[in-house]
Amino acid sequence: MSVGERDPHSGYMTTGHEWNGIKELNTPVPRPVWLFLIASFLISVMMWVLLPAWPLGSTFTRGALGYNERAALDERVAVAASARASWMTPLETMSYEEARADSDLLMRVKQTGQTLFGDNCAACHGVEAKGGPGYPNLVDTAWLWGGDIDAISETLRVGINTEHPDTQYAQMPSLGRDGALDKKSILRVISYVQSLSNPAIAEEAPARVAEGNALFAENCSSCHGEDAKGIQELGAPNLADKAWIYGGDRASLYQTIQYGRNGHMPAWEGRLSEAERRLLAIYLLDLAESQPQ
Amino acid sequence: MGHLTQGERELALLTGALLLALGMLMMVMAWGDPLSVHGAMFGFSGAAVMAVTLRGMFAPAPDENRFASYYDAPSKAGIVIAMIWGVFAMFIGDWVAWLLVFPEMTFDAGWASFGRLRPVHTTGVIFGFGGNALIATSFHVVQRTCRTRLPDQFSPWFVLLGYNLFCLIAVSGYMLGVTQSKEYAEPEWYADIWLVIVWVAYFLLYMRTLARRNEPHIYVANWYFLAFILVVAILHIVNGLAVPVSAFSAKSYSAFSGVQDAMTQWWYGHNAVAFFLTAGFLGMMYYYLPMQAGRPIYSYRTSIVSFWGITFFYMWAGSHHLHYTALPFWVQTLGMSFSIMLLIPSWASAANALLTLNGAWDKVRTDATLRFMALAAIFYGLSTFEGSFMAIRPVNALSHYTDWTVGHVHAGALGWVALIVFGAFYAATPKLWKCERMYSPGLIEVHFWLALSGTLIYVFAMWNSGIIQGLMWRTYNDGGTLAYSFMDSVNAMYPYYIARAFGGLLFLLGAVVGLYNIVMTIRTAADTLSEAEDRPLGPILEPAE
Ligand code: HEC
Ligand code: HEC
Repeated sequence: MSVGERDPHSGYMTTGHEWNGIKELNTPVPRPVWLFLIASFLISVMMWVLLPAWPLGSTFTRGALGYNERAALDERVAVAASARASWMTPLETMSYEEARADSDLLMRVKQTGQTLFGDNCAACHGVEAKGGPGYPNLVDTAWLWGGDIDAISETLRVGINTEHPDTQYAQMPSLGRDGALDKKSILRVISYVQSLSNPAIAEEAPARVAEGNALFAENCSSCHGEDAKGIQELGAPNLADKAWIYGGDRASLYQTIQYGRNGHMPAWEGRLSEAERRLLAIYLLDLAESQPQ
Repeated sequence: MGHLTQGERELALLTGALLLALGMLMMVMAWGDPLSVHGAMFGFSGAAVMAVTLRGMFAPAPDENRFASYYDAPSKAGIVIAMIWGVFAMFIGDWVAWLLVFPEMTFDAGWASFGRLRPVHTTGVIFGFGGNALIATSFHVVQRTCRTRLPDQFSPWFVLLGYNLFCLIAVSGYMLGVTQSKEYAEPEWYADIWLVIVWVAYFLLYMRTLARRNEPHIYVANWYFLAFILVVAILHIVNGLAVPVSAFSAKSYSAFSGVQDAMTQWWYGHNAVAFFLTAGFLGMMYYYLPMQAGRPIYSYRTSIVSFWGITFFYMWAGSHHLHYTALPFWVQTLGMSFSIMLLIPSWASAANALLTLNGAWDKVRTDATLRFMALAAIFYGLSTFEGSFMAIRPVNALSHYTDWTVGHVHAGALGWVALIVFGAFYAATPKLWKCERMYSPGLIEVHFWLALSGTLIYVFAMWNSGIIQGLMWRTYNDGGTLAYSFMDSVNAMYPYYIARAFGGLLFLLGAVVGLYNIVMTIRTAADTLSEAEDRPLGPILEPAE
């Protein structure tokens, strides 16, 4: 028999056990512990009665509330969709000018456009849609495939160089690697291309530029146009402006002409609705207009 | 080596040889696979064991009188190793915290990416720091509370060193890209098998020590330690079931798939919190806190109720990690309800600890070591409350996937687990190295305030950022579309991530101070106290009534 002793501080008896000097008081379990234990058990029983809770072989107790979370979720999604539909569906047929004329609508387009763009596009095109190396700036006025709402939302639908059956193809051939142009010719063409947006080059080295011009007419103009201003049906960019996707310095240009380029822009059909795609187009056009020129 | 008997030395040599042979085999057969690197590590460890054993092979046999004293060398080693793991892994933790502030800090190297360093941190703190602390203190506590020496000199070293080999394999594996992709169970199959062997040895060692006890009753701390050892073995084995691609490939595929896999993983994950990070450390608390306070445990009966409450309820709660997922609703309801019930025994434990301090609160004020433990009990209460609260589904809808979870984990990990370890180490170190007190009580005080302020800054930063995240993700415009993009919520985290990394830095500095204090205590210890401080080892007492 182990004999307890009285703890002078608390007045309780110890259990009489001792381990390397540690003793234990024989204090009863504090009343609140039992109380809360019972209360929490009752709360649990309530949950088990009301909600699906216990397994029964291949099925489970369904709960007195008959609550089906899936159905409840679908319902809430449907309600939210119909709330959105009231202002979004008209976007499917609306022109850009009509949309801009409606200031309430435009505000919603801006709000929603900002999050849609942030969640789907900013990873490539940047939060401000200003692009970066390999990804075009979407708020300048240089468009590959056309800058009206229909052209932009079509680009969003089918993408560029994707698996989508209607996709737009933009192939800048690897003219250097495939042997169409040797290194010297490429350097001449580069001088010509650069001179289009920087006339100073034409004054410095008129002979080189003229040579480049001839090579360009032979090799490039079928896609980029006689005036090098691009052909939107082919997604071939304007080379006479200062907007570059891959860069206008000599090294980037060399890379482009030597090895070719074919940028990949995902197709959004199936991920974004028609209305959302047009909303994004309006959002971008509006954003472009508000850029300082 | 002098501690080991001749037979034990031979056993050590054999173990080393086996490890070496196995390691070489793995290294050669798996050439080109990360497994061969780990084979080399196994082999090298085996060779090291053999070298050390051979050097001491012919040292004089251990004193026949050894059974009259406790065997503390493994505990001493464990404490130092735990502190080193702690400083290392907290450094990595703070590093990844800064990485979230400056994401480009990865030197363009795979091993330095967030995804690889994060498990280095979690494994390092949970298993390296926490696990070694548990092994070291469990050896210390079980001997004292059973008034008996560990049954042999080989198995404690096998457990301690084998366990550390596991930790090294795990951590180096992550950097090489070796992972099972199961949170807190990342190591691959071969590391898992090695841990099973080590863990079974640990279990047997513990049982054998208990069987040799000279006290009629088994003290509460030992219930907890035993629950920790036993349940972790079960969890680890079940969750680790996997089929390797081949005997010489590091890659394996889990035996479970889909939602069963998720459920098994979180049954494991949550009970790792329960039995590794809670039960084991409660064992620690139940010994060092009353010791340091010089007070009897407040209520033996409460100990019983809360022990069985915790062990029983925790087992059901794991599904609260999978609220609103493909897991059937009914499993979620069960997880939620058991999580709520779990709060009561958890709080009963915390209350039992705090009420034990009645009559010793003046010591809490003056003695930072005891204050570490008192604060740990408070944080234990706080984080268990928070946990049960977050397990309620509608609350979880807000908190899940946000930094709130991270804050919750660290309220428990820093506030509870690490603080109780520091308290226990500061209490045990002078006793083990037989000196009056720690090298510098002032530095304990410094450590205490660094740890407390670090934890508070960390947790408050994460509560804020977590709740902001949760709200940003669910806020709609009146037009019915989301008000914020995900990127907006990432940007909003920036100031909180800085605060969190700073709080973590304070906590890390505290751990460095602690390591220094412990090392200096060891270096200046002059063996001033005699064995008599400990209760002498005695003959078997009369059996329990
Ligand atoms: C994976 C990266 C990526 C993502 C995501 C992406 N884009 Fe693009 N986008 C591109 C690339 C690359 C191009 C240019 C392709 C080329 O060079 O031919 C492009 C081109 C475009 C164009 C054509 C520009 C022009 O001048 O005609 C538009 C418009 C556009 N993106 C809008 C978007 C929108 C809106 C989103 C979000 C819904 C988006 N993009 C998401 C990579 C991306
Ligand atoms: C088969 C049609 C085709 C031909 C021929 C062609 N290009 Fe292109 N080029 C394209 C297309 C399409 C792109 C856009 C590719 C993309 O964005 O992914 C492009 C892109 C470029 C760009 C990159 C523009 C930027 O903004 O970075 C340069 C520069 C360029 N071409 C120069 C040339 C030159 C110089 C030649 C003749 C030597 C040439 N291209 C011939 C179709 C063509």
